[in-house]
Amino acid sequence: MKRVKSIADLEKLRAEAVARRNARETWLEVCTGSGCRACGAEAVADALDGEIEKRGLGDKIGVRRTGCHGFCEGAPLVVIQPSDTCCLKVQPKNAAAMVDKLGAGEGPVRDLLYLDEESGERIARLQEIPFYKHQERVLLEDNVRIDASSILDYIAIGGYGALAKALSGMTPESVLQEVKAAKLRGRGGGGFAAGRKWETTRNAPGEPKYVIVNADEGDPGAFMDGSLLQGNPHSVLEGLILGAYAIGAAEGFIYVRQEYPLARRSARTAIEQAREYGLLGKNILGSGFSFDVVIHRGAGAFVSGESSALMSAIEGHVGEPRPKYVHTSEKGIWGKPSCLNNVETWATVPHIINKGADWFCGMGTEGSKGTKIFSLVGKVKNTGLVEVPMGIPLRDIIFKIGGGVPNGKSFKAVQTGGPSGGVIPEALLDLPVDFDELTKAGSMMGSGGMIVMDEHTCMVDTARYYTNFLAHESCGKCVPCREGTRQMLHILDNIASGKGREGDLEILEELAEFMRAASLCALGQSAPNPVVSTLKYFREEYEEHIRHGRCRAGVCTALIAYEIDQEKCQACGACQRSCPAGAVHKSETEVFTIVQEKCIKCGACFRACPEKFGAVVKVPAGAVRRESAEEFALAGTSR
Amino acid sequence: MDTIRLEIDGRAVEGAPGTTVLQAARSAGIEIPTLCYDDRLEPFGACRMCMVEIETSGGRKKLVASCVYPIEEGLRVQTKTEMVVKIRKMIIELLWPSSQAYAEEYGVTASRFKTGITDCSLCGRCLRYCAEIKKENKIYFKGRGIERRPALVEGAELSCRSCGECFTLCNSGWIASRC
Repeated sequence: MKRVKSIADLEKLRAEAVARRNARETWLEVCTGSGCRACGAEAVADALDGEIEKRGLGDKIGVRRTGCHGFCEGAPLVVIQPSDTCCLKVQPKNAAAMVDKLGAGEGPVRDLLYLDEESGERIARLQEIPFYKHQERVLLEDNVRIDASSILDYIAIGGYGALAKALSGMTPESVLQEVKAAKLRGRGGGGFAAGRKWETTRNAPGEPKYVIVNADEGDPGAFMDGSLLQGNPHSVLEGLILGAYAIGAAEGFIYVRQEYPLARRSARTAIEQAREYGLLGKNILGSGFSFDVVIHRGAGAFVSGESSALMSAIEGHVGEPRPKYVHTSEKGIWGKPSCLNNVETWATVPHIINKGADWFCGMGTEGSKGTKIFSLVGKVKNTGLVEVPMGIPLRDIIFKIGGGVPNGKSFKAVQTGGPSGGVIPEALLDLPVDFDELTKAGSMMGSGGMIVMDEHTCMVDTARYYTNFLAHESCGKCVPCREGTRQMLHILDNIASGKGREGDLEILEELAEFMRAASLCALGQSAPNPVVSTLKYFREEYEEHIRHGRCRAGVCTALIAYEIDQEKCQACGACQRSCPAGAVHKSETEVFTIVQEKCIKCGACFRACPEKFGAVVKVPAGAVRRESAEEFALAGTSR
Repeated sequence: MDTIRLEIDGRAVEGAPGTTVLQAARSAGIEIPTLCYDDRLEPFGACRMCMVEIETSGGRKKLVASCVYPIEEGLRVQTKTEMVVKIRKMIIELLWPSSQAYAEEYGVTASRFKTGITDCSLCGRCLRYCAEIKKENKIYFKGRGIERRPALVEGAELSCRSCGECFTLCNSGWIASRC
């Protein structure tokens, strides 16, 4: 392995890497992102390798283990290149047929292709699958093309070209100006202008300066940053090096959350390789610019994603936010100017330097430029990672890309922005995805989590879930955040269990206003959002809980009961076998009934009852026929 | 520029650079309530009782914790606006009963909330005193969020009993009861 000492060296290396890629005519790109891996992608890749070797096709067909392709619904995914054919739900047993067909030049296995429900036709090309067709995949596209553990793969697709361009022909000022002109806003949550942040750190007095990658992605349901860092670590690294060059930093950190061992491993390998090739370290590409990176592993606290808490953690202290009337970009780690951006923001930088600010500004809205990655999860047909241009309506993401709500259920709301975000109801679905528009609607862009909810989602329960998360993930330092979330949670618990009182909603609102105004950091200031936004759009649901003890979604267990429809019950006994509480009894009429006193409302019978019968039903708790255990005992059927 | 001039509650106040709004106010005899503040210790900014409304010379208005906010030239501070009083009342209610010292002044007679789950208000004065002045670090916060509790380093009870200096700092008697 040789050090790349100049730009000419890099181009020579690139030519070799491209030749190496082109040596095989067909590549099977197996997604080994977390989702596919959990579905057995490693075994699929091994099986493909085995079949290729068995047939002696090793010089023609190669297997590449890549990062997340995004279409998690179809996991495990394999894309055949160069034909761009996408195979879904591939199992090791399919490997032989796939390789046979490829070897014979017959194309893909038909059954593995995407089935379009409307037309009933199979779609082979990845780009034509509706999930991918409506996306604009600037960052994620590379995830599909490279093996994250190979720096040569990244170089082959043009990697480190932006760095070469910057170090050879651009001053640090012009790199900074390009990012400013691109109007790149931080993808981590706040949407602060990245260029301005860089400039502040660059101009702040104090040496050394630091640049930091925030990979402490902790929002429930969000996996954009993890997938990007895991699947294409060099793009993040290249962005960070460019930032360090523009800002004048000699050292950087990648703060990776504890729960992302694969992303951390990927980042570590990338750093080691970049060092070996001389893309990190002293005198990078012979430019005289030196820079190196250290990985810092988080310890599992959500609040450490807040900038000042993250920097405390890097210093070795407890990850607790500190009052920052002076920004961390001026006084951060060890009191030195420190520029923190999240994974996606850094990964966008090489693209801006390569293609220019004008190209970047060509996508998006007035206030939000470029593309944004969302993790689309919840009650949506096509779950996965999607990348769209800013300004696209939420409806397009959920219905065109996501395929809408499954099982014939109706859409109720979408939760964006993580725990500090809020819910957006059906009526606002035409809202463009834009930092400012989402904030106006009472939610926020956040880091890009998007959880779709259907009619069976209770909004009180949703607010309670997020408030509980925040109450436990707050650092607990300041009174408004700690005590505010504690009391909010207490009130929400009461409402959900039918003990809500008139006036509770007003107290929730009063607490919300107080927490927003008085909390120490952004976590506390935004902690009321789940409550405020659900109250804003679904107030009547809260009122139903309080006044009528009714949960229309049938979620709050204290307010519902399970009953067996005597007409529909076919006495198969599935419900009785599933019941852990012994609450299902055979009645005199030979069908089953539930003894309410014994029922713990776990819903096991509801799920066990065959769909064709549909005899177990949820009813409001007040509407249930009270059949006591004694009555059963008298009837002599109790056991 | 050695002295910074600002205005607190309509009065002209001066202070050296690095002075906090709270210090400047107190030196001028203007009282701002605090629960976690101790002038021997680094300001902590946790209780938020000392929040005040400020207007910078650029005309920006915001609410800040006066114990950690450094004074600026031309700053206008109001220590008892409607919003500030609202915040303080809520803090008193939320920390009830350990916040009773200010209850009368702010007209709070009872809390609407279920409080007093912990006797400690987590002001951190004991552990900051132990760390900053005694350099002992015998007390720390355990857990986070609503699970946050003060805790003694294992085996510290004996030496803590013989020192006992932080006992008097604590409104709740939490440490004394454990040593």
